[in-house]
Amino acid sequence: MRGITKRYPGVVANDAVDFTVESASIHGLLGENGAGKSTLMKVLFGLTAPSAGTVEIAGRPVVVNSARDALDLGIGMVQQHFSLIGDFTVAENLVLGREPLRRGGLLDLERAAADISELSDRYGFRIDPGSRVGGLAVGARQRVEILKALYRGAEVLILDEPTAALAPTEVAELAALLRRLRDQGRTVVFISHKLSEVIDLCDRVTVLRGGRVEGHREIGSAERDDPDRHGALAAELARMMVGHELPEPPARVGGPVSRGVPALRLEAAGDGHRLGPIDVEVGAGEIVGVAGVEGNGQTELVELVVGVRRCRRGSVKLGGADVTRWSVRRRINAGVAHVAEDRHGAAVADGLDLAHNATLGFQGRPPFSWRGLWLSLVQMRRLARGLVNRFGVQTVAVTDPLRSLSGGNQQKLVVGRELSRGPELFVAAQPTRGLDVAAAAFVHSELAALRRRGAGVLLVSLELTEILALADRIVVMSGGRVAGETTPAQVDVTTLGRWMTGAGQTAGAATAEAAA
Amino acid sequence: MTDADNSPGPHGPRTSTDPEPPGTPRHKTTAELQRTLESAGSAVARAAAVDLAQGVGRAAFIFATTVAAALVLAAPLTIAAGSDPLTAYTALYEGSLGGQRPVAETLVSMTPLLFGGLAVAVAFQAGLFNIGVEGQLVAGGIAAGVVGIKMTTWAPVHVILALLAGAAAGALWALVPAALKAWRGVHEVITTIMMNFVAFSVSQFLVKPGGALEGEIPTGTEPVQATAELPRIWEPTRLHLGIVVAVIVAGACWYFIYRTPGGYRFRLVGANPVAARFNGISSSRVIVEAMMLSGALGGLTGAVEVLGTHRRFLDSFSPGYGFDSIAVALLGALHPVGVAAASFFFGLLRAGSTQLQLEAGITRDMITVISGLVVACVAARLLLSRRAARSRGGAD
Repeated sequence: MRGITKRYPGVVANDAVDFTVESASIHGLLGENGAGKSTLMKVLFGLTAPSAGTVEIAGRPVVVNSARDALDLGIGMVQQHFSLIGDFTVAENLVLGREPLRRGGLLDLERAAADISELSDRYGFRIDPGSRVGGLAVGARQRVEILKALYRGAEVLILDEPTAALAPTEVAELAALLRRLRDQGRTVVFISHKLSEVIDLCDRVTVLRGGRVEGHREIGSAERDDPDRHGALAAELARMMVGHELPEPPARVGGPVSRGVPALRLEAAGDGHRLGPIDVEVGAGEIVGVAGVEGNGQTELVELVVGVRRCRRGSVKLGGADVTRWSVRRRINAGVAHVAEDRHGAAVADGLDLAHNATLGFQGRPPFSWRGLWLSLVQMRRLARGLVNRFGVQTVAVTDPLRSLSGGNQQKLVVGRELSRGPELFVAAQPTRGLDVAAAAFVHSELAALRRRGAGVLLVSLELTEILALADRIVVMSGGRVAGETTPAQVDVTTLGRWMTGAGQTAGAATAEAAA
Repeated sequence: MTDADNSPGPHGPRTSTDPEPPGTPRHKTTAELQRTLESAGSAVARAAAVDLAQGVGRAAFIFATTVAAALVLAAPLTIAAGSDPLTAYTALYEGSLGGQRPVAETLVSMTPLLFGGLAVAVAFQAGLFNIGVEGQLVAGGIAAGVVGIKMTTWAPVHVILALLAGAAAGALWALVPAALKAWRGVHEVITTIMMNFVAFSVSQFLVKPGGALEGEIPTGTEPVQATAELPRIWEPTRLHLGIVVAVIVAGACWYFIYRTPGGYRFRLVGANPVAARFNGISSSRVIVEAMMLSGALGGLTGAVEVLGTHRRFLDSFSPGYGFDSIAVALLGALHPVGVAAASFFFGLLRAGSTQLQLEAGITRDMITVISGLVVACVAARLLLSRRAARSRGGAD
């Protein structure tokens, strides 16, 4: 792929990216969220057309206009979200869309099953074509997805974050399978942001940052086997991913963090599943940034604090009060505000109008209600208009349904609503997602104002720059636990990168080698 | 800001209660915002009136277009049935609006449909599909009948107690599906249908010869006492006070759904249960509340029929009012005012069906066909508006 540029309105997702993959190799594609990995692969797979640049296969320029074209060219893609039908067998899933027929138009599943068995045995998939997909474990389902791509003739396999949902043993199994595929001449593009996996598995790696190629590295057996060189490469890649220049932490305004009763205190808290045990403290007048690669327990942490997820271990304290068993409602009344990560799913009802959405969570109390018997639309609309004016929400009327607003404008309304609760603890998960620069700066200044006022802020963000610019302390999460803690003044990008990518935990990688 | 509904127009004077007078700096502190929120408003009545007018206008438009489409689509069928549209629709009009008795009969049929339509609409607002109104009205009818027969007390007290007994029985009948949905996740469509069959069987068991409520006629109970009857209000027709009660209840439903925090919670759970949960609203509780309120309205449907129209409980006294209620609620766009209009339309069809058979020689089943066409038109409209919403959504 040469000079691939993809512009979206207001953002350049790929900027003159050159990306070359040799056949019969495993090529890693590393980068933070939003670095442009997925866009680049969407271009290759024909899901989106590049604004500029060409794609060549075996030296010949090709045009990929659709996934069908890509499949015809021998490119297969396994998405993060599986596209299998649970009630169908493996064989039925694989033939879907290109069913082999026997005479008379009947489905020839026996032949398909035989083909699939042969393919499965050749590469060691250990998949029975007759088993029902719904009954398979996640790792096996993923192998079915890969098998599907191969069955359809893929020579080049693109795997988008294939290990995100897998247990360590399944990761090892997948790694072994991918090596066998490579050894038999297939090409694999492995998209990930887990450094150790990339180093253990790939022959070569390309790092993207901010839509540009940051660099390439060859990975040999020396890097894999020698712990020192492994560590050095991981540190280098982490630096490439995160970037060299860090913004200067802004001058702190207002008093020091109160050492009195913390706004939030989690003690060995956990949901008994994917989160914890975890200890986090947010002081009054402090912003604590939670950094980490997506899917490492941040969502669960937020849900635990807000009260939507049950805390099965340890305790949650708000301003000194033990709220472990408190309902969401009680916590809101005690001063918890929350900007949800998944706005559409958790923060708004887009069929209701702006006024109703602005009042969400306030509806039972004055001035919006009189003893639960009267709901004042006037007051609701007044609040909505106040938020619209103050946060520059682009809308015609506050009686319009929320879905008539763009995502960024919806987010402004949500942030405004939560700020107007006058919170003691503000839980902000990706509060500036989808906002333009000016609006994001405004949200940041509001968070700083909350901090000055003495409220605690738990800021969960995938953007390190946001955390570095705002936080007093940084907590890095990995695998549902706190991997490390630092401050913006003392931050060391290499360590941060290692914490984020779990590069410290080489135990899983060793298992992978053993299984291979 | 061009908020059209209750702020003054762009050239009109701004009232002092507007939160953002011109010249206010945009970036005020949270504390200031909260202060402005706390000061009281002055335009309550105006806002309520505007909102009501908008609601009526929208419902009326949907109602009129949908009904017109269904009647146009039904026209060729009248020819297929051996008549012609003009004769058929004239007969329909004569039978439903052409005189005192036809009008009264229309309103008599409208009463249970209005209660039932409200029952379905209230549940729908909370995202629940209550198909069990037919069973709930049987349960409500039995309870109202028992209180009407067995109790002895003064007239207004007796009829009120009988109505309340009907509402309570309907609510209890709906409690089973509600609890199963709220705490076990069992789909309410399945359970409400099952509860219908239970209700039909209980009803048969009670009124069969030798049953607990056996009366002098084979499939009914004794008549209720005169003190428990809903009085006739337009002699010599059968029209009874139930229609007045129904209209009052419709107003109460409108107030509850659109003007109380409880109704807001219903609508929020219907619109996005996850967002409700994140804002401290228990969807289990709302499910139980909404289903029981829906069931109570279903129970009232039966109670009013028993106390007003039949004056005794009859097995299978309902010709499917509970099922027609679903069409009524959909045609009424789930808004109580729309439901009232829709129940009037369906009442009109029911009342006119006899005349249709006599004059135009078209079987009464034509009414079922028109009902079906109405539902189809509603579904088509929903599909179209959803598609329109999606193409709008794609633009931003």
